[in-house]
Amino acid sequence: MIVADAFFYLFATVCVGAGLMVISARNPVHAVLFLILAFVNSAGLFILLGAEFLALILIVVYVGAVAVLFLFVVMMLDVDFAELRAGFIAYLPVGALIGIVLLIELILVLGAWVITPEVAAHVTTPTPPPAEVSNTQALGQVLYTKYVYFFEAAGIVLLIAMIGAIVLTLHHKEGVKRQNIADQVARRPEDAIEVRHVEPGQGL
Amino acid sequence: MKEAATTSPFLTYILALPEILLVVGAMILLMVGAFRGERSANAISWAAVVLLLLAAVFVLLLPAKGKVLFDGAFIVDSFGRFMKVLTLIGSAAAIVMSFDYMRRARLEKFEYPILILLATAGMMMMISANDLIALYLGLEVQSLALYVIAAFRTDSVRSSEAGLKYFVLGALSSGMLLYGCSLIYGFTGTTGFPGIAAAATLGQTNLGLIFGLVFFLAGLAFKVSAVPFHMWTPDVYEGAPTPVTAFFAAAPKVAAMAMFLRAVLSAFPEITPQWQQIVVFISIASMILGAFAAIGQTDIKRLMAYSSIGHMGFALVGLAAGNAAGAQAVIIYLTIYLVMNLGVFACILSMRRSDGMVEDIDELAGLSRNNPMMAFLLAMLLFSLAGIPPLAGFFAKFYVFLAAINAGLYTLAVIGVLSSVVGAYYYLRIVKIMYFDEPAEEFEAMPGKLQAILGVSGALVTLYFFYPAPLVSAASAAAKSLF
Repeated sequence: MIVADAFFYLFATVCVGAGLMVISARNPVHAVLFLILAFVNSAGLFILLGAEFLALILIVVYVGAVAVLFLFVVMMLDVDFAELRAGFIAYLPVGALIGIVLLIELILVLGAWVITPEVAAHVTTPTPPPAEVSNTQALGQVLYTKYVYFFEAAGIVLLIAMIGAIVLTLHHKEGVKRQNIADQVARRPEDAIEVRHVEPGQGL
Repeated sequence: MKEAATTSPFLTYILALPEILLVVGAMILLMVGAFRGERSANAISWAAVVLLLLAAVFVLLLPAKGKVLFDGAFIVDSFGRFMKVLTLIGSAAAIVMSFDYMRRARLEKFEYPILILLATAGMMMMISANDLIALYLGLEVQSLALYVIAAFRTDSVRSSEAGLKYFVLGALSSGMLLYGCSLIYGFTGTTGFPGIAAAATLGQTNLGLIFGLVFFLAGLAFKVSAVPFHMWTPDVYEGAPTPVTAFFAAAPKVAAMAMFLRAVLSAFPEITPQWQQIVVFISIASMILGAFAAIGQTDIKRLMAYSSIGHMGFALVGLAAGNAAGAQAVIIYLTIYLVMNLGVFACILSMRRSDGMVEDIDELAGLSRNNPMMAFLLAMLLFSLAGIPPLAGFFAKFYVFLAAINAGLYTLAVIGVLSSVVGAYYYLRIVKIMYFDEPAEEFEAMPGKLQAILGVSGALVTLYFFYPAPLVSAASAAAKSLF
């Protein structure tokens, strides 16, 4: 178990450090790269928890798709991050104060953390038991049966996000020439080419 | 909870038919709009109104005997039935009110009614949520659609600013709500409301659970725009296109308050004193801020924003009572609030001159001479909002204060009555401007659809005292199903 503990502290430390670098790195490209580092270490933590499916999804979806897309956007848009961060130092004391107050409150609460035995008995057991099936299979067994309502609702959320992105950013400009493939294919030589007989020395 | 979920799959889908109808209908209309383009915007808007009313009919036809679907995530009962019908009517009226504005502003996009349909489906999911995950997902379906329609006027900086502000603050509040949910889940071991209610009674009060409850209530308070989480309301109301503001002030408020009611009453009934003090505080703060901050406003949309903050405070007075009478009072309050707000916004939407919409309160000067009927009905609605007898708004306030007094919350009731008196000042100021100031330039004739909504709303508000029995008994039946 000592090896697992060592890996936990390794992943956790690197993850927190990378998270700090995401918000403090001067170069936005570096910030995104640190974000990827944070994701990979979180995936490591998931593996330690025995949730290998979530770990791989985190790498495939977040590192492979989301972070890379982020990187493209950051590189293509000329956003002045120094200007965006100009107010950061000014608001830092207030933000830090609120953060510290919340942290102290949390520590007080967690210090007094008592889970009564009755509550522990009430905790829903994972279905099916993790020893019998792999967690990919376990997710598959409940996702479309027990949790179908949540699954469908999440689908509607994504649909709305898609409609919203199109409504707010797509503008149809008048008078822009577009390619119409059907028109191009339907066009016959007679419509396009006119054969004229030109008399020598006269022109059209 | 496994035993509760024995409804057969077929029956499950029958009972969830109104929601399924709205979502599937929205998707079909989306396809129609995508293929037929902006020309179909008008037809799609009418189809959306028909769908909403059809869903309301289905809601009324379904049995309301407290059925639990989808493994305890979704509950169909008479409280949900009442609130859903109210929400559906509010959304349908909001679409009907938007036609003329959208045509004049060249905003006729087919996505607008579709987003309202999806937002309404989200509201119905919120009202029926019997589980923290279902509550959160319903809330996100609703909120995401609302963020988009707040920024719907892409050529206006203020509309985009409203949408962005709403989005950022909404995401923050969702974060708090989720943090609260995760703590509640961590300390009770379940996300279902009945399970939480069973665990929340055990032993001495659990500090971690209370901590989660505070964050959870903070997230809910943001959605009903109660103080101290109200900051977004005036800016969003002012910046969003006026029909969108009319929509925001009506149906989403009703749905969010219904969700608030069900969440605290059915998940934390045994620890009422713990949430009661929080609700009393946000209720007092909302009533006072709504009364004082509205006094200095010159823009009528901002004024209505502060007014809605105050009214949410009054509705929370009923919730603070924490019993069936209180819940009944909240239901009656929300019904009357919805009717009054739709009528007032029908008037605001007809404040139009040849050079465009006006939003300044002084533009209403002398309306009694230019358009006596509109001035009279608006004056009645404003008297009702102020809570002056014998109009409906008086009875709404009467029921919530009565519930508070019966529950022993005398301070709350006294502060409520006092802030109601202060709030009356700014409503009466508008009446004074309409009746006693020199007439300003005349408005354009009021479109027929707005006339109809103003007429119905004015009639319901002024004639309510003749026949209050149906609303009171329906609200009583709805409130009983929560206990």
